[in-house]
Amino acid sequence: MKVTIDVNGETRELEAEAGTPLLWVLRESLGLTGTKFGCGVAQCGACTVHLDGRPVRSCVMPVESVGDRRVTTIEGLSGDVADAVRTSWEEIQVPQCGYCQSGQVMTTIALLSRDRSPDDDAIDGALAGNICRCATYPRIRRAVHGAAGRLKGGRG
Amino acid sequence: MIGRVQLPSPRPASGSVLRIPSLDRRQILKSGLALGAGLVMGLRLAPRAAAAEAAAGEGLNAFVRIAPDGTVTVLSKHIEFGQGTYTGLATVLAEELDADWSAVRVEAAPADAQRYANLFFGIQGTGGSTAMANSWGQMRTAGATARAMLVAAAAAEWEVDASEITVAAGIVRHAGSGREAGFGPLAERAAGIEPPAEVALKDPSEFTLIGREDLPRVDVPAKSRGEASFTFDFSVPEMLTAVVAHPPRFGAKVASFDDAAARKVPGVVQVVAVPQGVAVLAEGFWAARQGREALSVEWDESGAETRGSAEILAGFRQKTRQPGAEVRKDGDPEGALAGAAKVLEAEYEFPFLAHAPMEPLGCVVRVGDGEAEAWAGSQLQTVDQGTIAAILGLDPSKVRLHTLLAGGSFGRRATPTADIAAEAAAVAKAAGTARPVKLVWTREDDIRGGYYRPPYVHRLRAGLDAEGRLVAWHQRIVGPSIVTGTPFEAALVQNGIDSTSVEGASTLPYAIANLGVDLHTEPVGVPLLWWRSVGHTHTAYSTETFLDDIAREAGQDPVELRRALLAEHPRHLGVLELAAGKAGWGSPLPEGRTRGVAVHESFSSFVAQVVEVSVGKGGMPKVHRVVCAVDCGIAINPDNIRAQMEGGIGFGLGAALHDEILLEEGRVRESNFHDYRSLRIHEMPEVEVHIVASAEPPTGVGEPGVPPIAPAVANAWATLTGESVRRLPFRRALQERS
Repeated sequence: MKVTIDVNGETRELEAEAGTPLLWVLRESLGLTGTKFGCGVAQCGACTVHLDGRPVRSCVMPVESVGDRRVTTIEGLSGDVADAVRTSWEEIQVPQCGYCQSGQVMTTIALLSRDRSPDDDAIDGALAGNICRCATYPRIRRAVHGAAGRLKGGRG
Repeated sequence: MIGRVQLPSPRPASGSVLRIPSLDRRQILKSGLALGAGLVMGLRLAPRAAAAEAAAGEGLNAFVRIAPDGTVTVLSKHIEFGQGTYTGLATVLAEELDADWSAVRVEAAPADAQRYANLFFGIQGTGGSTAMANSWGQMRTAGATARAMLVAAAAAEWEVDASEITVAAGIVRHAGSGREAGFGPLAERAAGIEPPAEVALKDPSEFTLIGREDLPRVDVPAKSRGEASFTFDFSVPEMLTAVVAHPPRFGAKVASFDDAAARKVPGVVQVVAVPQGVAVLAEGFWAARQGREALSVEWDESGAETRGSAEILAGFRQKTRQPGAEVRKDGDPEGALAGAAKVLEAEYEFPFLAHAPMEPLGCVVRVGDGEAEAWAGSQLQTVDQGTIAAILGLDPSKVRLHTLLAGGSFGRRATPTADIAAEAAAVAKAAGTARPVKLVWTREDDIRGGYYRPPYVHRLRAGLDAEGRLVAWHQRIVGPSIVTGTPFEAALVQNGIDSTSVEGASTLPYAIANLGVDLHTEPVGVPLLWWRSVGHTHTAYSTETFLDDIAREAGQDPVELRRALLAEHPRHLGVLELAAGKAGWGSPLPEGRTRGVAVHESFSSFVAQVVEVSVGKGGMPKVHRVVCAVDCGIAINPDNIRAQMEGGIGFGLGAALHDEILLEEGRVRESNFHDYRSLRIHEMPEVEVHIVASAEPPTGVGEPGVPPIAPAVANAWATLTGESVRRLPFRRALQERS
């Protein structure tokens, strides 16, 4: 079937079998490999993208259900929150293997977009669905706080 | 061979000896610098950069290339899967090269057992936390040699004496003439200069990069922006994606299959039988997966393992009453136990564990005419390359293997059977297609695919004299051998003892006059593998928790007891004192919280951890804080050492609290992250890492952070609740109690 979706501000028309998860359309049809496959059952968060700014698990979202909502992947990020998060991630040296980090970053940006001063509980709550087998969790917490601080103008 | 895939054992390249650090590790480490220095001539063996490489700069030796714009590219013989090796190797080389850190890049070296062997293994590969230890001398020498060639090039160009030239932060200078140049303009000339036979290495007091706190990892920017490319992300034109239907029990084979429905799935191109199962090749992942769903396969389970975990462990428990093969005997342990005023005894059980790296397993293979090319997160390049070659009937030199970044491994990508490379090659061969094939495993394939940390049962006995002093210790370990039947057997199994089954127990550092360790090796029909910190994953747990039981029985403080028993082991003692001091051992804690301690040496690094624990949700331990002290010799990248300790703690804690692979009649019960849970962010304690200042050669940090965490938590838990947890994971132990 033909599908039309808005990805990173561009309208994309493509062919996909009904039921194909958005993840595989992004990765294989559009070449946007920043969004990762980790579990296929919405348990690990590696495939997190934004739909109209809200984090969703693209590995279980049939592409035809996206409709006219705007899809944002890690390749299409922009704005002060995204800049603050990426800068903070590098400053705190968060990633180890790096495979889950796109999902961590996407979830963090969604969190900071609705809550500019999350405490540890809010951070843990928002990110509890994003597994990092390298356990970079302490640095993720620090980096989220760091990004929040930047957004308040405290730093950078 | 234990495993589903029967393959000719790949052997290392002709003439080389597979040597894995085991009992003689310390000796090897001590000779590390000498090994490195001996390689000066070896570096000369590097052929001139191939045409494609030349575009990216001049190869000064096998490990460094310099581009006209001054970019320094370090070639890493070790895979980067999160442990920070790319940064570490580059730091060491750039230190002696006096490079400008901001100009340093890292690339994976090609698979080549001659140029890029792990000096401890004799083949190319990463494991045993050896990357920095085996490369330390080699990378320093490579950097210093390249520096000398740049200096010689400058001396020739400027017609000045080389001894008057200095190099700092990527700038070559001659003060007398006021001439200076970056590395770029000198690189071409330098590449034509005969490398010096010997080079002087820096005194550690001259280090400007090694030990620096603020040196950023080379891979962090790309990994923070979704730009890092892993095997799953890799593609070549015309590539097909393959998934394989694997048998539901280990050791089963395909009896027959019906692929009519699978072939009707749009996008499915081919369905072929392979030794591992039935492969579906398609135009993309989703079609391949849908095709596999539509397959109907009958399995021949006549040779399969049909026991469940409970039966396997019951068999192990029976063996704990019979003497095993002697591993260590100091004094007269049985006599001393018989004569002890008080004897303590405990039995421990450890489950199968999966590695579950975030990036599932995969490998791309392109079969050409009389040659092949492969791309994967290869951890044992020589074994993967040799296995692909054997399956395709090629000489290993005809297989070009490219090592890609891997999304974690924890040991899983280092299989002596090269299982993933083998499966990819088998699929490509069976398909007979000229199109490249990307084999991918789903998470279910990964969790159910074997190559687990084996289950073990330990029985420990201790004898105390009338004054409560520890006078006897005996440990019996029952479990399978990881390496028997693999190319690693010769190096790691001696007199029937697989050192990976007993390490940590056989090397117990405590001063106990009568100390015995023995082993029963009991096969299981499940593919087994090393799992981050290998034997130490279970031996640290049983020894360190049993010691706390002894301290409680004798009315002694756990830190005091360890201090007394470690008088002859200054590096153990050093981390113990540092962790205890920084944690405020003995100082008051909030109500409902206790501390626990553990100290353990693994892979020649020493780690102590003090934890603070309370009773959390569901009656499970809640770990609030971990104070970790590590002695890994010279600290090359302190921030990465901290990161590896943090990560090791989280990895070990997740497994200890939640995880097990449970076999039921030979079938794996777990399948994905909903039931093989992994640690989540809200369970991650605060971690504080302190690094012991040291002038010893560097040792590893990828694994040594793991072993102490589970026993430290168990020790705090026992103090808090009076309950000694002797079966992992905690979740199961605490469920079965209630």
